[in-house]
Amino acid sequence: MALKGNLRDYTVTHLFRLINLAQKTGTLIVDGPNEKVLVSFREGKLAYAQAGQEDNSLVTILYQAKKLTAPQYRALKERAGNMSDKELGLLLVNANYINQQDILVSLQNHFVAIVNRLFTWVEGFFRFESDLLPPDDKITVRVSLENIIIEGARQLRELEQLQDEIPNLDIALKFADRPGANIRNFNLSVEEWQVVRYINPKNTIRQIARATKMSDLQIRKIVYALLQAGLVELVRAEGAPRPAPPPQVASRIPVTQPNPEEQKSLINRLINRIRSL
Amino acid sequence: MQTVKMVVTGPFNAGKTEFIRSVSEIDVVSTERKISTESERVKETTTVAMDFGRITVDEDLVLYLFGTPGQKRFDFMWEILSEGMLGFVVMVDSTRPETFREARSILETFRAYAPTPYVVAANKQDREDAWEIDDMRIALRLDPKIKLLPCVATEKEMVKNVLLELLYSILADMESKGGG
Repeated sequence: MALKGNLRDYTVTHLFRLINLAQKTGTLIVDGPNEKVLVSFREGKLAYAQAGQEDNSLVTILYQAKKLTAPQYRALKERAGNMSDKELGLLLVNANYINQQDILVSLQNHFVAIVNRLFTWVEGFFRFESDLLPPDDKITVRVSLENIIIEGARQLRELEQLQDEIPNLDIALKFADRPGANIRNFNLSVEEWQVVRYINPKNTIRQIARATKMSDLQIRKIVYALLQAGLVELVRAEGAPRPAPPPQVASRIPVTQPNPEEQKSLINRLINRIRSL
Repeated sequence: MQTVKMVVTGPFNAGKTEFIRSVSEIDVVSTERKISTESERVKETTTVAMDFGRITVDEDLVLYLFGTPGQKRFDFMWEILSEGMLGFVVMVDSTRPETFREARSILETFRAYAPTPYVVAANKQDREDAWEIDDMRIALRLDPKIKLLPCVATEKEMVKNVLLELLYSILADMESKGGG
């Protein structure tokens, strides 16, 4: 079944949150107005990315990352044209041109840059293909999505959108109960750390904003990023009163409220009746 | 004669009227009108006040099913319809991710009206472009304790299953509170 739609309705931030939390493996294909981007994931982690028809060969990525000089790049293009990225990577490491870490960091930065471009897209059809994985000859990486999501969420500037996402500031936050999600591994800004210090089901978002001297917009932006990264969840503030029941309105259809002793038998009668339909 | 009611809510075109129609023993009393807004013209008519279905349990007990209007401008009806409900079903169109946020907002609104048990029905699961249940749970930010059930509103057995799961939740809620 499909995981597909339009970025206009379901943003890249939301998609990455879903892929991260569901630990999905496969490839996200996004058809934007001007180019097509493929982003592959393994168990919810970024593995590979390809933008349009751009040269995604290892030698070009290393050259762009300034790990190869122009003559080295030209020579490798000429002589190693038929080699796969994995073979070439091995050759370069064995020949002491470059170390394995440099290769992985260069690829990681290249893939993350492609993904960051996606965050600026407001339109484009997407679909997630579970069966589609990066080509076998390509080197893949393993990058947690949380920091990418936080960075992407920082780009959301519209107050209206943020109000949609977090309509109520009188609600509290708690850390999400997710194995492997360690707050220390996240690249948080000073302001984000300030908010994190106060995360506790006893503190409402409004109280945290007051304590950290942040405006509604500032606190919403930070909470939105933390939410999308799956770091925190919204919870009813401890000790907050439950919402008051609505005022009594004359109902057009009279509805009987049975007493508690009768309720269980009443529900069982309903269950039996619906089973027999 | 005792009467009890359950409410079927959800965004525009989620399948609420069809859901009630599948199990109601009477022709659904519907308040459908032609759609006036061009942007919402994905179907010809929409519910403007409520849908109303009935299931007679026995000579002493009747269950009413109320479908809320899906369009936002008729939301003043929601509070009236939620009064005294046993529980509610939130219908979500599995093929339209653009309605997930609204579904979430409707769910929160109804929870505020009455803290009764509820289930979420992922409708149109027979369509090729339907989102998977697990993906919808994350997209809708549903607590793992909340039942998210696959549904095809035109299939009676699936609708019965949704209603039964809601009733099981109501029963469990009563038992946890020590009632009965």
